[in-house]
Amino acid sequence: MLIDRIKLFESGFQAIKENIEKLLQQSDAKAVLLVDRDGNLITNAGETERVDLESFATLAAADFAATSQLAELIGEQQFHTLYHQGERDHLYFQALVRNIIIAVIFDQRTTLGLVRVRVKHAAETLSKILEDIFGSQEQAVPEEEPRIEDISKDIEDELDRLFG
Amino acid sequence: MALINYATREINVKIVYYGPGLGGKTTNLRWIYGKLDQNTKGKMITLATEMDRTLFFDFLPVDLGKVRGFQTRFHLYTVPGQVFYNASRRIILRGADGIIFVADSQRERREDNIDSLENLRDNLATFNLRLSDTPYVMQYNKRDLPNLMTVAEMEGLLNTERVLYFESVATQGIGVFDTLKEIAKTVIRKF
Repeated sequence: MLIDRIKLFESGFQAIKENIEKLLQQSDAKAVLLVDRDGNLITNAGETERVDLESFATLAAADFAATSQLAELIGEQQFHTLYHQGERDHLYFQALVRNIIIAVIFDQRTTLGLVRVRVKHAAETLSKILEDIFGSQEQAVPEEEPRIEDISKDIEDELDRLFG
Repeated sequence: MALINYATREINVKIVYYGPGLGGKTTNLRWIYGKLDQNTKGKMITLATEMDRTLFFDFLPVDLGKVRGFQTRFHLYTVPGQVFYNASRRIILRGADGIIFVADSQRERREDNIDSLENLRDNLATFNLRLSDTPYVMQYNKRDLPNLMTVAEMEGLLNTERVLYFESVATQGIGVFDTLKEIAKTVIRKF
C-alpha cells in the first residue's frame, strides 16, 4: 500500500502563491504562511527572514490541532479561526479545506478587523484552488520530472551516506 | 502525510516515535540532534513539563539536502508516552508516514509496552488506519540494563507483524541511526 501524499505541481502552486501574495498586500500584514495540519510549510510571503519557518509550521499545526481538541470538548467540531495577541506582533489563523491553514503575522501597521476580513475573502478563493488540486491528486507526474522511483532510490543512497 | 512539491522542489516526510513513557523516544531524538551537523539538522523543539517529561511532542527536522533537485526533509516527532496524554499522542500521530515503536526492554515494563502498542492501534483506528498498513519498525531499547526480556520474548510479545526490529541503547546511540534509516527507507519505497 502506498503512503498518502500531497503532490503539488507548478500551476496549482502558482495559483496558491499569487493569492497568498495578494492577501499579504491587502491585509498590510508582515507575513502570510500556508501550512498543512501535519506541519508542512506549503508557501509563505512577506517578512519571514527572522522566522524559523519549519518550527513555525510545526507549532502552528500543533496549536490548531490542540485547540481543535478543546473545541470537541465543548461540543464544537473545530475552531475555524485562532487569534494570539502579542506585545507587538500577533497571529491570526484560519482553517481552510483539506486540512490547510492560513497563518498571518501582523503588527500595528494593520488591524485585526482588516486581517480578519481579508483572510475570510482569501480563504474562499484558496479553498476552491485547494479543492481543485486535491481533486486531481492522481494526475500523472509531468514527463520532464524525474520518476518518483529514481528519487526514492537516490534518497535511499543519501540516507546510507548520512547514517552509515 | 508526505508532501511532494514539484513547484518548489521539496519533499517532506513525517516520522513518529511512539512507545511507553520513559522508553527512550526523546533520547533517540537527542542523540540524533547531537550527532548531525548544523547543515543537516534544524532546530529541535521540545514541549516538555518542568520535570523534562514530554508534554506534547518533540520535533526535529533532518535535512538530507537536494536529491535529484528536491530538498528532502524528514520531520521527526516523538509523542508523550505517559498514559494520560492520549489526546496529544493522537494529534501527533495524525499524518505520520512512518512509525518507530520504541519498546522498553526491561522486564518490569512488559505490560506498558503491550498497552502502548494497543494504544497505537486504537489511535490509528480513529484515522481509519491499521498498523499493518502503516510503515513501521520496532526498536527494543535499553539493552544495556539488567533484568531484560530476551529479544525472542519481545518479538513474540510485540512484533506480531514481523516487521524489522533493532536492539538499541539510545543513551549511547546504539541502534539509533539504524532504526531511523530503516523506517526512512521503508517510507520512501512506498512513495
